[in-house]
Amino acid sequence: MDRPNAIADETVPALPRGVKFREDKARSRFVLLGPERIFEADAIATEILKRVDGKASFKAILTDLTQTFTADEATIRPDVEAFLTDLANKQMVSL
Amino acid sequence: MSGSHVDLQADRVAPPRPQPPLGLLAEVTHRCPLRCTYCSNPLQLDPKSVELDTETWKRVFSEAAELGVIHLHMSGGEPTARRDIVELMRHAAEVGLYTNLITSGIGVSDAQLDALIEAGCDHIQLSMQGADAAITEAVGGYRGGYDKKQAFADAVVARGVPLTLNAVIHRMNIHQVPAMIDKAVAFGAKRLEIAHTQYYGWALKNRAQLMPARADVDRTIDEVESARERLKGTLVIDAVFPDYYARYPKLCNGGWGTRTFSVTPSGKILPCHAAETITHLDFWNVRDRSLAETWYDGPAFNAYRGTGWMQEPCASCERKTVDYGGCRCQALALTGDAAATDPVCIKSPRHAELGALATMEAAVCDPGPAVYRGFRIGQETERR
Ligand code: SF4
Ligand code: SF4
Repeated sequence: MDRPNAIADETVPALPRGVKFREDKARSRFVLLGPERIFEADAIATEILKRVDGKASFKAILTDLTQTFTADEATIRPDVEAFLTDLANKQMVSL
Repeated sequence: MSGSHVDLQADRVAPPRPQPPLGLLAEVTHRCPLRCTYCSNPLQLDPKSVELDTETWKRVFSEAAELGVIHLHMSGGEPTARRDIVELMRHAAEVGLYTNLITSGIGVSDAQLDALIEAGCDHIQLSMQGADAAITEAVGGYRGGYDKKQAFADAVVARGVPLTLNAVIHRMNIHQVPAMIDKAVAFGAKRLEIAHTQYYGWALKNRAQLMPARADVDRTIDEVESARERLKGTLVIDAVFPDYYARYPKLCNGGWGTRTFSVTPSGKILPCHAAETITHLDFWNVRDRSLAETWYDGPAFNAYRGTGWMQEPCASCERKTVDYGGCRCQALALTGDAAATDPVCIKSPRHAELGALATMEAAVCDPGPAVYRGFRIGQETERR
């Protein structure tokens, strides 16, 4: 079942066992890896995934992003939610 | 290489410089406790005496990571048959490769499993021969194998490492596809590969014993479809259907020398794990060549890269960059010419013959005994 998009502030997104986020130097990019899967992260995805460390809450990640990029939380929240939810549906992120 | 070959090469457009490879299939040993009749290892297996040593494999993994490989598939044979497997795993993880252990689960103790996980094994792929002991043991040629596999799957899941089951499907187990899907769920696997046998290596030798009937194949397609729907969120099912009954060939691993490559136990660097059957190709060895020079400049890699090597009907076909003419190993095995159109293709003059052959083989009630894989051809044990 696909989950709804909303993510609670206190939720701590994490990478499940077997999923790794790392730099792919040969192709100058970052990738999210699972068994038999390579998800190429664009610039924004990279910034989000760098902050998914299994410790930071969703709220903390949002705050960090808004501060780093001087963005408005209300504007970025739906995008970050949609992005993480989509990965969660693919079992590449746990929420 | 013969003169005529050189002339042909002169007319060719040079193949485009490829991207770096994404995956490496490291066949660290051909030794294996099982003797599956569909084994994709070559008929001539590498004995232990010619296997690469620990330091050489470590260098191969370092070079692979440097070259841009992302996924390392630690395979065999049975990779855990090597005493240094934990050290190899640790090195692969340290140089940044995503490590996938492809195992039969037989003979892997809990202590060895713990050590492999501690060393950095990211994912485990366990082979599944059938849904019950009778079929599992008849297919693998190993008594007691079923219970050991079950215990191994439980041990992996208990340790939280993601588990994929890989079931190779053929005439002997095709009726168990739904039961194998249920088993995969019961085992706690996250993924299941339903892979119909591809006919090269031992499987080609045993084709008559393995070829399923078309009606059975069609039924499994439906069974897989409905299971996918039912198990959404629980189990991902990837399926590969047999191509003898298809209209167009499969794209071989993204195209020859495009995405992945293999290294054999003795160090040969192959564009595909079955490529050694194409005996006129010159395969370089990790003992005297780097992976990078082989990937970009190795003659075997450039032989069928791109489309310049194609003959008709592929050369003028609109699908030529869709399937790149299909499988080179299959073209050679079935037509005698590795540069021919894969005979699975409906445009191949051999297409009708192939379908008829498969239908005929599948229709034989008793195809006789299959040949279990073994180290010396001619000395394999024959059993039902
Ligand atoms: S003719 Fe060749 S390129 Fe065209 S579909 Fe068949 S195999 Fe593919
Ligand atoms: S050439 Fe054939 S056997 Fe080799 S990987 Fe490609 S499809 Fe498989």
